[in-house]
Amino acid sequence: MGSSDKIVAFMDWFSYAVSLSSLPSQHTRRQASTSPLILHPMTGKLCSMKEAIADTVQDGTSVYIEGFTHLICFAAGHEIIRQGRKNLTAIRLTPDLVYDQMIEAGCVSKVIFGWAGNPGVGSLHGFRRKTEAKYSERIEVEEYSHFGMVSRLQAGAANLPFWPLKNYGGTDIPAHTANIKTVVCPFTGQELSAVPAMHPDVVVLHCQRSDKEGNAQAWGLYGTQKESAFAAKKVIVVCEELVESSEIRRDPNRTLIPSFLVSHVVHEPWGCHPSFVQGFYDRDNDFYVSWDDLTREPETYKNYLDEFVYGCADRSAYMKKMGGDLMAKLKAKALMSDGVNYGF
Amino acid sequence: MDSNRNYSASEMMAVRASKELHDKEVVFVGIGLPNVACNLARETHAPSIELIYESGAVGARPERLPVSIGDPALVTGALGIVSQAEIFQNYLQGGRIQVGFLGGAQIDKYGNLNTTVIGDYNNPKVRLPGSGGACEIAVHAKRVLIVMRLSNKSFVEKCDFITSPGQKSLGKTRKEWGHEGGGPQVIITDKCVMTFDEAVGEFVVTEIYPDVTVEELKAACGWDLKISSNPKAAEIPTEQELDLLRNKLDPQKLYL
Repeated sequence: MGSSDKIVAFMDWFSYAVSLSSLPSQHTRRQASTSPLILHPMTGKLCSMKEAIADTVQDGTSVYIEGFTHLICFAAGHEIIRQGRKNLTAIRLTPDLVYDQMIEAGCVSKVIFGWAGNPGVGSLHGFRRKTEAKYSERIEVEEYSHFGMVSRLQAGAANLPFWPLKNYGGTDIPAHTANIKTVVCPFTGQELSAVPAMHPDVVVLHCQRSDKEGNAQAWGLYGTQKESAFAAKKVIVVCEELVESSEIRRDPNRTLIPSFLVSHVVHEPWGCHPSFVQGFYDRDNDFYVSWDDLTREPETYKNYLDEFVYGCADRSAYMKKMGGDLMAKLKAKALMSDGVNYGF
Repeated sequence: MDSNRNYSASEMMAVRASKELHDKEVVFVGIGLPNVACNLARETHAPSIELIYESGAVGARPERLPVSIGDPALVTGALGIVSQAEIFQNYLQGGRIQVGFLGGAQIDKYGNLNTTVIGDYNNPKVRLPGSGGACEIAVHAKRVLIVMRLSNKSFVEKCDFITSPGQKSLGKTRKEWGHEGGGPQVIITDKCVMTFDEAVGEFVVTEIYPDVTVEELKAACGWDLKISSNPKAAEIPTEQELDLLRNKLDPQKLYL
């Protein structure tokens, strides 16, 4: 980051401090802690979403915004759209609404995926408008199943050239996806499917809490967070709560990835809406349902992007637009686990 | 709903699907009717079935009807939460899943399913979402239950694309493909139940719902549908089952 960026980072840090103190604590154990949160903005990792995206996503970058229904960082997708990136390869098991927005906004030239739909609702109209015969503008698709996508990430994470799986026999998928091949087991002679390692340029991981270095903790549905982080060339950690490292160390089994994998840390409360964050806020199901009608026509889709993506400087502006009533409605009720004894 | 009947087609499908589940089975479940069917089974004859969701929830006990396979209510109170790598590698490929539920835009007489495209793959008339986890469920689950409404638009002679393999696909049987799971065994529709008949080598009608004629079934199916020599009359939902569905399992009528 340049020096002017550092000033911006410092200002952002100030606003984080304000928003942190105004946030109700999610964790009773934290309330027992007497030391105030002291954040250090000059570590070089803590930054705004704007900076994190500007630093890591250029035209042509392969991007993986992680999250399987849970922990999908819409804030990152919106920022990519605002920065007007082009020709991205968008990778994800389930490219859903946020990828559809990136496609509709013209950021994406290729999608690598397993299931492209609006989960529990239906179609992605932006995606369909760029893949179906009756439309002239096209994006490239490279498609697997979820298992195939997971396997590509696992190979990437483990630094293996490919990953074998028992799948795809008797389907038309390999005939259309050149990257699905077969391999013969050297021990049994059995023929297996194989998919190559994947190394996304940038993976965005949203989590419940992280320290300023990016030691990230998540709970609830994991998706492919760990595999994608290890497969990635760069990792942006986005957290709902920025916490002291001591809090991470009090519960090490909950750590998703250690900080040495992470290049940027963004504190972005409500960064996943309309997706959800376990223990923080619920899925905004009405949003997913209304999305179907809203995006059926390019005109209404454009109005949405104009107002809620281009028309918002950042996530806090977006949430302000969504309104306090919605936040109150979606806010998770407290259901604390008992914790465990880490003593020896 | 027919004026003579006190249940809807969806309720009939949910009740019929629930009867396919046995107690203590491990079931890989999607949202919608299969989810309702699993919960109904648990409330009635199969109190100890365990529900596993592709999102990583193992032994889920959702307090509300999940609106997506990744609903936060699947996490609260579950037996365990695992990564998707574990779900696909250890649970599915590892052979730990007894029952999987599938559906699709198209199905053929072998139970092959299409959820990928209508028309040509590179120039599709309709681009559907794709496999998701469907292909691996079809490959690995010990048995697969298919829940789909009967119509000759979706019950076709040949699928435009095979996303999930049935009993015979691309000229080879499951055994020849080396699939370890049993594949589709039963197709539960809104008018009848079809079962895979090894001797005939395709799905045949084994149960017909009340007031449905054989002619009606044949007209609604895109292949030359065979009827077993002695089809059963399907049992209609009981008052208790309907009460559970309407007042406890899906009171908002999201799927029924």
